[in-house]
Amino acid sequence: MSAIASAASQAIELAVEATPDEQKANAAASSAGFAYGLAAIGPGIGIGYLVGQAVQAMARQPEAAGQVQTTMFLGIAFTEALALIGFVVFILLKFA
Amino acid sequence: MSVNLFAAESETGGLKFPSIENLVEWPAYLFDGTFAEFNKIALISVLSMAIPTVMFLASGRDRVPSGLQNVVEGSVEFIDKQVILPAIGPEGFKFRPLLLSIFMFVFVGNMFEVIPTFQMPLNARMAVPLTLALLVLVVFVTVGIQSQGLGGYLKSSLFPPGLPKGLYLLVTPIEFLSTFLIRPFSLAVRLFANMLAGHILLVTFGVLCIALWRSDFLVVILPFSFGMLVALTGFEIMVSFLQGFVFALLTAVYIGGAMHPHH
Repeated sequence: MSAIASAASQAIELAVEATPDEQKANAAASSAGFAYGLAAIGPGIGIGYLVGQAVQAMARQPEAAGQVQTTMFLGIAFTEALALIGFVVFILLKFA
Repeated sequence: MSVNLFAAESETGGLKFPSIENLVEWPAYLFDGTFAEFNKIALISVLSMAIPTVMFLASGRDRVPSGLQNVVEGSVEFIDKQVILPAIGPEGFKFRPLLLSIFMFVFVGNMFEVIPTFQMPLNARMAVPLTLALLVLVVFVTVGIQSQGLGGYLKSSLFPPGLPKGLYLLVTPIEFLSTFLIRPFSLAVRLFANMLAGHILLVTFGVLCIALWRSDFLVVILPFSFGMLVALTGFEIMVSFLQGFVFALLTAVYIGGAMHPHH
């Protein structure tokens, strides 16, 4: 926690000397990292749980493996979209 | 605009990541500045349309398939078994040409990410996935109207049955947003962001390798960085295939949902 606090205070010290445009760029650059990091938490848990359950289903009923796999990819695609929107926000904050 | 090979080298000697314009924007080959500007992206999209077409035309029609015909028949069978049957059912075989074209276009376009001298995934520019997603939107709305009629399709997609009357005030706007806006948006963004993320990942490790190669004692880390570059290239081939598959599968799911509403 203290590391984050000292980093934040450093950022504030830097921000005091910077012009408004630089301040905005600094804030965008640091929040871009947070945006992607936070967006990755939920989908990470979700995909882990989803694939775990799919493996369990395939182990219990190997004859249904094909169908389970297709449904699993579908579920991954829906869950992953949230993380990817976070990535797009990262790109927009960092570069746009 | 020239692409600087040693963009990794900054004035102070530290690692400087190339800006996003250097990664995804390409100089025009022909017709610079006009509407018909022909650059690398246009070349790749023409190629990823032409390569599957030529493959399908050049493959033989033998009873016993061999060589190229194996690949082509395998792709048709893959679309039949993995995409159409689970998502639509046997009556979805009339969409085989559409789904196969979408899969091949997206997959071959993505594969240019790891093909040397191109090194640019087609779908890392938003225009391509967005066009495909709008095409899919038009297709599944048309299929829904054809199979259920305009009123029937709107009723089944906006008013899910079996809810108390008052809830429709809440549910109908949500269903409208999720069906007609969020579906194409997420379809396009999923493909775009996956490919752009993979492209940036490969560039990151490529830039790191160049910077380490030119440094004095940090060069001992170079094998690890290069190993990651090779491993991620393999990973990106898998992602290219998976994204083509997922795009075709979701198209089929949306078409199937429009064809028979109470799934």
